[in-house]
Amino acid sequence: MTATQRKPQKVWKTNNWVDLFLTAIRIGAMAFIGVGLLAFVLEQAGGEGLTGGAIRGLFVTGISQGAMYGLIALGYSMVYGVLGFINFAHGEVFMAGAMSGWITSTILFENGMWEGEAKFVLALLIVLVIAVIVSTLATILIERVAYRPLRESPRLIPLITSIGVSFFMQNAVLGLFGPASKTLPAPPPWMSAEYTFLRIEGTKILVLVIAAVSMAGLWVFVERTKTGKAMRAVAEDKEIAALMGIDVNRTIVTTFAVGGAMAGVAGVLWGLLFRGVSALTGFLPGIKAFTAAVIGGVGNLGGSMAGGLLLGLVESVAPLVILKPLGIPAVSQLKDAVAFAVLVLILLFKPTGLFGERLAAEDRA
Amino acid sequence: MSEQTPLLEFRGINTHYGAVHILKDVNLAIYPGELVCLLGGNASGKSTTLKTLLGMVKPSSGEVVLDGEVVNEKPISYRVERGITMVPENRRLFKRLSVKENLELGAYLRTDRAKVAEDLERIYDMFPRVKERLSQRAGTLSGGEQQMVAMGRALMSSPRVLLMDEPSMGLAPALVETNFELIQQIHSEGVAIFMVEQNANMALSIADRGWVLQTGKVVLDDTADALLENPELRASYLGDAASH
Repeated sequence: MTATQRKPQKVWKTNNWVDLFLTAIRIGAMAFIGVGLLAFVLEQAGGEGLTGGAIRGLFVTGISQGAMYGLIALGYSMVYGVLGFINFAHGEVFMAGAMSGWITSTILFENGMWEGEAKFVLALLIVLVIAVIVSTLATILIERVAYRPLRESPRLIPLITSIGVSFFMQNAVLGLFGPASKTLPAPPPWMSAEYTFLRIEGTKILVLVIAAVSMAGLWVFVERTKTGKAMRAVAEDKEIAALMGIDVNRTIVTTFAVGGAMAGVAGVLWGLLFRGVSALTGFLPGIKAFTAAVIGGVGNLGGSMAGGLLLGLVESVAPLVILKPLGIPAVSQLKDAVAFAVLVLILLFKPTGLFGERLAAEDRA
Repeated sequence: MSEQTPLLEFRGINTHYGAVHILKDVNLAIYPGELVCLLGGNASGKSTTLKTLLGMVKPSSGEVVLDGEVVNEKPISYRVERGITMVPENRRLFKRLSVKENLELGAYLRTDRAKVAEDLERIYDMFPRVKERLSQRAGTLSGGEQQMVAMGRALMSSPRVLLMDEPSMGLAPALVETNFELIQQIHSEGVAIFMVEQNANMALSIADRGWVLQTGKVVLDDTADALLENPELRASYLGDAASH
């Protein structure tokens, strides 16, 4: 009796030290952000800070990039939901979409489709559809060739495999198209004009609209259709899903396909935002989207979208609003570091991500 | 009963998990509208029997027969479409899905929408408490309510035979009795029931027939009344003393 009473107390004590340490870090981090924000406000008040336009620009850039991260993050989250491993090749599926976007837009540009209003919108739709097809096929192929044979193995095995697939795809594209960055044709001039009272650039409006429509479409698909219901059932309990008569394999393929389609859309958005595409394009956005998924709570679709938006926003705003006023030089170089610092910060406060649920031990990869 | 075709039948079934021989030459038959139970201790092969009937486990030899057709190679969905379903051990609801979605998934393979809607109404009548909680996540329900949803979900496939894996496991004693009443109610509507149960007294008191499985072999096969009187069984399972 006494032994069983002493033990939990001991555990409680060590936990307490860890808790204390974590609390100290949490307070430190909050203080750092607070001081940064204060310095920023003082700078603004002193009239030597950013102009209103510049701040607005940061937000718009952040949200549009964040929407793109969110779209990619969905793929990580969905696959994690059904198979319990992180598909690191997903960044390359996104890259495949971006590459196909470059190819189709170049062809359409050469045929005079990349100008005027109606023509450009039609051309963009074609680019989108083809990118979605390419990414979807790529991801279905990867699932069939690389992951399905490993369905019964421990989850670390497909995880490592996905890293292998990722390298394979990078190198395949490198071999096929060379290392140089490809440039997409510039959108027609009316696209770079600023619209609405917020004076948002046309391309960014386009990016936001496409992302919003895709996300809404995905939401309807997952929440309102029979296949979506089957998908959520498979994510939760494959054996019982099969007992309901659901074809588990087909549902898993559908999950990959839908995630791939979202990555394809994101690839086109990348092209619109940055216009440069190469074999290595998938790497950093892929990792960041994964980060976004973790921030939102992996497996939670709404969380992944929100995580993406948050990450894009902070990555764009924080360097100039928090870091620069603290006197840190060359802040725009710190964009990527900020992105991952956000991850650490959020996990410090909420270890399961913003909207995540605590996973049972057997659910963890 | 011999003039009838069994709904579901095992003919000389053997199953293996790797090198471990689980079911050993098991023969059983379930006739339409019957209520039968399978008794046996831990690791006697009860759950494997259910899984083999459904096709979640493939037998190494022997035949699983559904309506006179050998279905060894058919997927689970084929059998579900033809009227077999199971209420799994511990209910296994989709906890993150709503109660309504759980019920709807039970009818996943059905295309007769009007009939599905009708069945849904029937389940609401049967379990008014479930109806109040339709939009709630299934994981937030109490054990008894979850049991109702699990039964409702199984009934949504419009089964001819309902397999039940330890229906009273993990239920409060008061609920065990209601649960058995429910099983009888479902049975009275013409659904055959094949129940695997630890609570032998309870199970036999409502069943028509029963089998006793011991380390993968059927050692007793008789009417429920005869089994209740069987001295061997009384000693090993029924515990003679007051029922638990």
